[in-house]
Amino acid sequence: MDITLFLFQLMNGVQYGLLLFLIASGLTLVFGVMGILNLAHGSMYMVGAYLAWYFTNTTGSFGMAAVISVIIALLLGILIERTLIIRLYRRNHLDQVLLTIGLIFVFNALQSLLWGNDPLGVAVPAWLDGAIPLTDMIEYPVYRLFVSGLCILIAIGMYLTINRTRLGMLIRAGESNRDMVECLGVDINRLYTLVFAAGVALAAIAGIVSAPMVSVVPGMGEHVLISCFVVVVIGGMGSIKGAFVGALMVGIVDTFSSIMLPQVSSMMIYILMAVVLLIRPKGLFAN
Amino acid sequence: MHNNKNRLRKLVTACATAGLIGTIVTTAANAAEPVKVGVMLPFSGVYAALGDAGRNGLKLALQQNAAQLHGREIEFLELDTEAKPERAPELASSLLDKDKADFIIGPVHSGVAMGMSKVLRNKDAIMIIPNAGAAAATGPLCAPNVFRTSFSSWQPSYPMGKVALDAGYKKVVTMSWNYGMGKESLDAFEESFTAGGGEIVKKILVPFPKTEFQPYITDIAATAPDAVFVFFAGGGAVKFVKDYNALGLNDKIPLLGAGFLTEGTLEAQGEAAEGILTTLHYADNLDNPANHKFRQDYASSFGKPADIYAVQGYDAGLLIAQAINTLGGDISDRKALIKAMEESTIDSPRGKFTFSKAHNPIQDIYLRKVVNGENQVLSIAAQALEDPARGCKL
Repeated sequence: MDITLFLFQLMNGVQYGLLLFLIASGLTLVFGVMGILNLAHGSMYMVGAYLAWYFTNTTGSFGMAAVISVIIALLLGILIERTLIIRLYRRNHLDQVLLTIGLIFVFNALQSLLWGNDPLGVAVPAWLDGAIPLTDMIEYPVYRLFVSGLCILIAIGMYLTINRTRLGMLIRAGESNRDMVECLGVDINRLYTLVFAAGVALAAIAGIVSAPMVSVVPGMGEHVLISCFVVVVIGGMGSIKGAFVGALMVGIVDTFSSIMLPQVSSMMIYILMAVVLLIRPKGLFAN
Repeated sequence: MHNNKNRLRKLVTACATAGLIGTIVTTAANAAEPVKVGVMLPFSGVYAALGDAGRNGLKLALQQNAAQLHGREIEFLELDTEAKPERAPELASSLLDKDKADFIIGPVHSGVAMGMSKVLRNKDAIMIIPNAGAAAATGPLCAPNVFRTSFSSWQPSYPMGKVALDAGYKKVVTMSWNYGMGKESLDAFEESFTAGGGEIVKKILVPFPKTEFQPYITDIAATAPDAVFVFFAGGGAVKFVKDYNALGLNDKIPLLGAGFLTEGTLEAQGEAAEGILTTLHYADNLDNPANHKFRQDYASSFGKPADIYAVQGYDAGLLIAQAINTLGGDISDRKALIKAMEESTIDSPRGKFTFSKAHNPIQDIYLRKVVNGENQVLSIAAQALEDPARGCKL
C-alpha cells in the first residue's frame, strides 16, 4: 500500500469514525447522566434520516429539512422522556431493555406505515455537491468532508458545554450523584428531559446528515446500533471523550481491516473491543 | 401525503375486512373447498418492499384471471418470513401440515428458500419460488413439486461476461456481499468472462450486510481495472452506487452489474445511477402487450410502478391460474397438476417463457442501461437462456 492510498484510507476511516461518534455520543450521554440504556437509539437515527427525506421532498431544501427534523427530534425526545422513560428511573435495567426494545418495534412499524418499505434516497444539496480531485483516479466528495467537519464541531461543542458551562456542571454532577444534586435544589427532572432530548437529537442529526450518503431503508437503525455499542463499550460507558476515541478507533480499524484482512474484517472491531476490555475492563475512559 | 392516507385507509379497510371474512368463512364452510395459497414472503425488515411487491403481483394475476379458476375461490394464508432463514422450516411446516395448503409461494431470500425446500420437497403442496435465486433450489435440491418463476442466480449474471468482453474489457474487479446469491452471481460472471479470455484481477467479498463500501471502492480505484462487476440489491445497491459515484469513479471505470443493482432503487440512487449497464430477465419498458397491460393495471391497483419482484409474483399467479384452468378446476391429482405446470407457457410481462426440466424459467436476458432514471433495453444479451441446473436429477 503506497502512501497516497494509505492516507486516503485513513481519511475514509476517520470520516466513518466521526459519524459513528455522532451517533454514539447521544447513547453514551444518556447512559452516563441518566443511567438509561436506550436500545431505541438506532431508531432515532432512522427517524432522522426518514424525516430528512420527507421534508427535503416537501420543502425542496435539505437545509430547511434538517432544521425542521432536528426540532421534531427534540420534541420527540421530550415526549418519550416525559411519557415513558420517566417511569424507568427507579426500576431495574431489565425493564429499561424491555421498554426500549418495544420502542424499536413501534418505530419500525410507524416507519413502514408512514413511509413504506422502498429504499429512499436524498440528493446531496447543490451547494455541497462538488468533489475535490485527489489523484487522477479518485476524488473526495465535498459533502463528506462537510459532514466530518460538522461532527468535529459538534464534538467541540459538547466538550465545551460539558466542561465550561453551568449546564455542563449540572450534567457532570448528575452523573456522579443524582440525590445530592436534587438536595441542592436543582430540578433534576428538567435536566433529565433535556439530556434525553439532546441524545435523541444527536442520533437524529446523524441520521439527517447520513441521508444523502446512504440509502434510507427499513432496519437502518439496527445496523448502526451494534457498531455504536462497540464504540461505547470501548470508550467506557457514559464517557463522551471515550466515545470520541472509541469511534475513531473503530472507524480506522474497520477501514483498514476491510482492505488488509478481508477474511476476518467483520470480526476485527469485536476483537479490538475484547483487547481493550482485557486491558481496561471498564473501557478506556470509564468514570 | 396522499400515499400515507392511502396506507392508513388500506390498514383500516384491511382490519374491517378481516372481521368480515371471519363471518363469511364460518357461514360458507359448506361451499366448494377454496384453493389454499400459502404466501411466505418478508413483510417486515430489509426485504419488506420485495415481499409487498411479490404479494401484489400474485394477487393481481389471480384477480385478472378469476375466469380461469372454474369457480374455485382462492384463500390466501400469509406468513411474514422476516427474511429470517431460521424461521422458514417452522412456517413452511405449518402451511403444509396444519393448513393443508395447495400452493406455497415464497420466498424472497435464498437462505429462507433452503429452509422451505428442506420441508416441502417431495411433499403434497406445490412450492413456487417468486424470487430467491439460490442455484441449489433448482439444482441439487430440485424436486417435482418445486417450481421457480424468477431466475437462478446464474441466469442474470452469466450473459454479462460476454457483454464485458464485447466492450473490450480485459481486466475486471468483481464485488459483492459474502453470501450465497452474491458469490453465485460473481461466479456466473467469471465463468463466461474468463472462458472468453478475460481476467478477474480482484474479487472483493464484503461481510453481509455491511454497507461501508468506501474503503473497498478506494481499493478498486487503486487497482484501476477496465470495469467493475457487482451484485448488490435493495438498500445496499443504493449505497454502493452512491458511494461509487461520490468517489468519482463513474466516469472513469464503467460499472456493470446483475440487474438487481438498479431494480426498485433508481429513484433513491438518482443521478448516481446514470449510465450503469446491467443484465436481467426484465426491464420496465419492454415493448410487449402483456407488459403494457401489467404495468398499467399494477399502477392503478397499488398506486406505484411495478418492478421485477412484482413481475415474478405475478407470474406465479399466472402459473397457478393456468394450471387450474388446464385441469378444469380439479387439482386434487398432484401428478396431473405438476404435469400441467411443467407444460405451461407463461405469457409474462418479461416475454413468454417455458420451464426447464428442473422447473426454472427458460428466458431471455436483456442488456439494460440506466438513462434518465429508467432501465432502458439495449439488446437481448442471451436468448432463451436455460440454467445448467447442475446436480439436478429430474
